[in-house]
Amino acid sequence: MAANDAGALAIEQVAVHFQSRAGRSVTALEDITLSIPPRQLAVIVGPSGCGKSTLLRLVAGLNRPSAGRITLDGRPIKGPGAERGMVFQSYTLFPWLTVQRNVEFGPELKGVAAAERGRRAQALLQEVGLAGFEDAYPSQLSGGMMQRVALARALANEPEILLMDEPFGALDSQTRALMQELLLGIWEHHHKTVLFITHDIDEAIFLGDVVHVMTARPGRIKATLPIDLPRPRGPELLTTPAFAALKREVMALLRAEALAAAGPA
Amino acid sequence: MIDLLAPKTEIPAGLHLALGAAALLSLLGLWCLLSYGGYVRPDFLATPGQVLLAGWKGVRTGTLFGHIYSSLVVILAGFALASLLAVPLGILMGSFQAVAAVLEPITGFMRYLPVSALIPLLILWIGIGIEQKIAVIFLGTFFQQLILIADVSARVSKDLIDVSYTLGASRAQVVTRVLLPACLPGVMDNLRVTMGWAWTYLVVAELVAANSGLGYMILNAMRGLFTDVILLGIFVIGLLGLLTDLLFKLLRRWLLPWSASF
Repeated sequence: MAANDAGALAIEQVAVHFQSRAGRSVTALEDITLSIPPRQLAVIVGPSGCGKSTLLRLVAGLNRPSAGRITLDGRPIKGPGAERGMVFQSYTLFPWLTVQRNVEFGPELKGVAAAERGRRAQALLQEVGLAGFEDAYPSQLSGGMMQRVALARALANEPEILLMDEPFGALDSQTRALMQELLLGIWEHHHKTVLFITHDIDEAIFLGDVVHVMTARPGRIKATLPIDLPRPRGPELLTTPAFAALKREVMALLRAEALAAAGPA
Repeated sequence: MIDLLAPKTEIPAGLHLALGAAALLSLLGLWCLLSYGGYVRPDFLATPGQVLLAGWKGVRTGTLFGHIYSSLVVILAGFALASLLAVPLGILMGSFQAVAAVLEPITGFMRYLPVSALIPLLILWIGIGIEQKIAVIFLGTFFQQLILIADVSARVSKDLIDVSYTLGASRAQVVTRVLLPACLPGVMDNLRVTMGWAWTYLVVAELVAANSGLGYMILNAMRGLFTDVILLGIFVIGLLGLLTDLLFKLLRRWLLPWSASF
């Protein structure tokens, strides 16, 4: 399938500066260069405030970099677009639309015929395990269910890349583990490029083909670790020595940054 | 054992009703005691019986309905006009800084002005007809609505707007398909609140050169010390206010079934 070769993301020497309220120039991101090949599940992990969400917003086109360039399949990113789907940490379903209509929102804007977008939504809701909830409103769903709908809604646009900004961060740990497995299942089926942001080390290693560790502000890429753990991955992976070794490595990298971020004691 | 003294603790629904009824009944009892007991002169406080009689007389002759009709026209016209302008302007004001920058100084100044202070100018400019009365209701509600609805619009989550862009929405689509529906529950709630405020301006609106309306009825009754008619007017206004409030509640439940709180 030719379409599966789409979704190559290149971030080249990107920096973000902004003026603080006090008028000082603050550097949020500095010299970020990343290359994410098609179909890779890339995870960025970093201490809070390191600018990892800002980086994702740059890729989404919601913010502009101060320097550098970002391209998807060679095309520079100029603004938000339906080919880059995004799932937020906060619940962003449209409360006035049913689950089905939420998933159809993107295709509807694109002018996809009602029958086709209905079929697409049905299939995706089935896939995220919410068949039977088509006519429910978001207020009737749990947090985990809402994020599953948000994932289906992003996929309904058939994006080339999926951007995920700590999508499971607000969920309890049991639900979060289930959502991670669900995401892996969907990723293995759709095989899209995924750029996933988290501050949870277990989550980063469990999901990623590769984990990029960021420094505290100004955010830079401190290390890039390939995660050569076998797929498909299940919960039993979390207790293997290989997983523990990777976790130790990432923890050591992040601990130094957390200390730096916390400032002098 | 029901703990009535623990803050934020639920009490049984029956007790809730009983307490409310007890408060109303004791007020009624006090009124009966003061009026029937002869503790207060009848030209200061009519008896419940006299008020009921005045109400019956108004219903039989039809004059009460005439007053109610006049007042409803004034209230609804003023309120509708204010809402028609304040809802779109407020939504824009809360989400577009340029609109806020234009409107904020004016609304900030106007919303603290007592409407009664503007009545002389209104009479000079638009006369003493029904337009002047509608204008009083309009001025009393419009600026309050504008501020409240701007706040509703400003509170719409930025993530909701951002996710719409990533789903392929244009700016115009973000406004019409996301910002507007996201504001609706808050708009309905504030229309309901300001409808109540519109009723409170009724007597002020009918202060000048009115010849019908509940406010006029009350003011006119004062000249003859007809406290039964004054009290009747007050009760009718209260009941009509309660009725419009109920209508708004039902309307919200019917129009916005997806919005949980009501």
